[in-house]
Amino acid sequence: MFLALREIAFARGRFALMGSVVALIAILMVLLSGLSVGLVNDGVSGLQRMSATSFAFQKDVSKDAAFSRSLIDREAVDVWARQDGVEEAAPFGNALVNGKTDHDVAIDLALFGIELDSFLAPRVAEGAGLSGAPDEVVLSATAAEEGVKVGDVITVEQTGAQLRVVGVLADQHTFGHVDVGYLPLRTWQEIRAGVREGDQVPDRVYREITAVAVLGEDVDLAAGDKAAGTTSMTTKQSYGASPGYTAETSTLQLIQVFLYAISALVVGAFFTVLTIQRRPEISVMRAMGAKTAYLVRDSIVQSLILLALAAAVGVGIGLALGAVIGSTPMPFALEAGPIAVATAFLVALGLVGATVAVVRIVRVDPLTALGGNR
Amino acid sequence: MTEPALVLEEVSLVHGDGDESITALDHVDLAVAPGEVVAIVGPSGAGKSSLLAVAGALIAPTSGAVTLGGTALAGLNRARLTELRRTRIGFVFQTSNLIPALTAIDQLRLPLTFGKAEAPRDPQELLEAVGMAHKAKRRPDQLSGGERQRIGIARALVTRPSVLLVDEPTAALDRQRSQDVVALLARETRAHGVATIMVTHDHDVLHHCDRVHEMIDGKLGVPAPR
Repeated sequence: MFLALREIAFARGRFALMGSVVALIAILMVLLSGLSVGLVNDGVSGLQRMSATSFAFQKDVSKDAAFSRSLIDREAVDVWARQDGVEEAAPFGNALVNGKTDHDVAIDLALFGIELDSFLAPRVAEGAGLSGAPDEVVLSATAAEEGVKVGDVITVEQTGAQLRVVGVLADQHTFGHVDVGYLPLRTWQEIRAGVREGDQVPDRVYREITAVAVLGEDVDLAAGDKAAGTTSMTTKQSYGASPGYTAETSTLQLIQVFLYAISALVVGAFFTVLTIQRRPEISVMRAMGAKTAYLVRDSIVQSLILLALAAAVGVGIGLALGAVIGSTPMPFALEAGPIAVATAFLVALGLVGATVAVVRIVRVDPLTALGGNR
Repeated sequence: MTEPALVLEEVSLVHGDGDESITALDHVDLAVAPGEVVAIVGPSGAGKSSLLAVAGALIAPTSGAVTLGGTALAGLNRARLTELRRTRIGFVFQTSNLIPALTAIDQLRLPLTFGKAEAPRDPQELLEAVGMAHKAKRRPDQLSGGERQRIGIARALVTRPSVLLVDEPTAALDRQRSQDVVALLARETRAHGVATIMVTHDHDVLHHCDRVHEMIDGKLGVPAPR
């Protein structure tokens, strides 16, 4: 520490420059983390807040579009309900629609069709829950931001069906960046089939559902699939079936991985140059009897101080910026867990870079401290 | 005469092998007693720095024995040699080679952070002894060449070494400063019973020394008459 601190103080300009690069990376990390969490929330918070543990879709449905492609007969619900470990199984319908309120507010909705007495029935925070009337809908809290309130009537553009907003849920419930609206399964089935008012509804429409929502801890999904002729995923796996989810999250993860690598390389390059520059004094200290471990430890402490301070400053600025961004409609949410993990990674990989660089110290020959001929 | 602090017996150092080999040291015998200042003079390339490197446990001789305060260096491992350099040997380098980031007083504290020292000298008092107490807070770039060299000497002495190895201490100094610096070296050597070997080009400072050896082509001559 003796030398580490004094050298940082002496070369404070250089360390400040290096520190600001790390701090900028940390700011970017925080913002990316916020964006990731925000996008995840926007993409799948509607699923995250459901109590279902897994979903059984149409057999061999394409995994990344299961919610929009799958269509099965509701008899699968009963088959799943009989499986070992299944506490409850309920029919679930999912459809994305465009709507317009009677106040002329355009709103896109992810309609979740459910049976009122099933475990999927939502709990409202404002207004009333679904009572059984066919034209009722309960919306995500985020719908209020779009200007939709309890009492509004939403006309579904595809079919002309009219839905009355009777209640609002406590938190953000979105799916594929669209607000979720819970409605009775029968109404969902009519909308999905494109039934218009006055049309004759074929019986099969009322048998169609998107998936079976399953509740239960130790469920043998393969056995259930075999019995019901479905393809099932855990709820977490089903996030990938939400529109755009995989593409968004993998892009952001890729950027984060690159940031870690950049941090490691930049810090490594800095300490490489610093170590080369310090070679004369290192050889003097080795001649004076400083152990290699002393010199290496000193440099690593230096890099740790640099990284920790810079990361702290960067995360602080990132959180402040994040608070500003969070108040805009951008999908952005700061969560302590992901930020802590990202910061730890940033510091750890920076340390790896620095360590690789300062190992050069081992190769400095104390003999070079003596001038003249050798 | 007291027991010598440093003894070199039949020490040879050969770089490379075969036809390419260069003999840096050729059967050198030298013993330095505590409180004695021995000067080594000679042309460039004569092997003066090699002598310091071998005496200072920086490089092992090809043949011959180096004994430091009764301890033979041959066969000691690197860690033990590093330990010996830290506790028993002081180096004064050509251009002082101070650490740029450290103030004068911290230059003296630095060697004490390398490990535990037996009865180290007090850095503040030592700085006074070399006449630099008034510039304790200055960094090397704020000091003159002579001042830097004084601090370099103090730094080498802070761990109370038994042997002081001095490499061209006056190379970058003018006449008067050279006299002052070598006088300081001789004074400290005698006051603290250090065995000092000084390699130099500068014939004007030899009167401060007890013995002067000339070195040519790796061979150490007998003490020149003074």
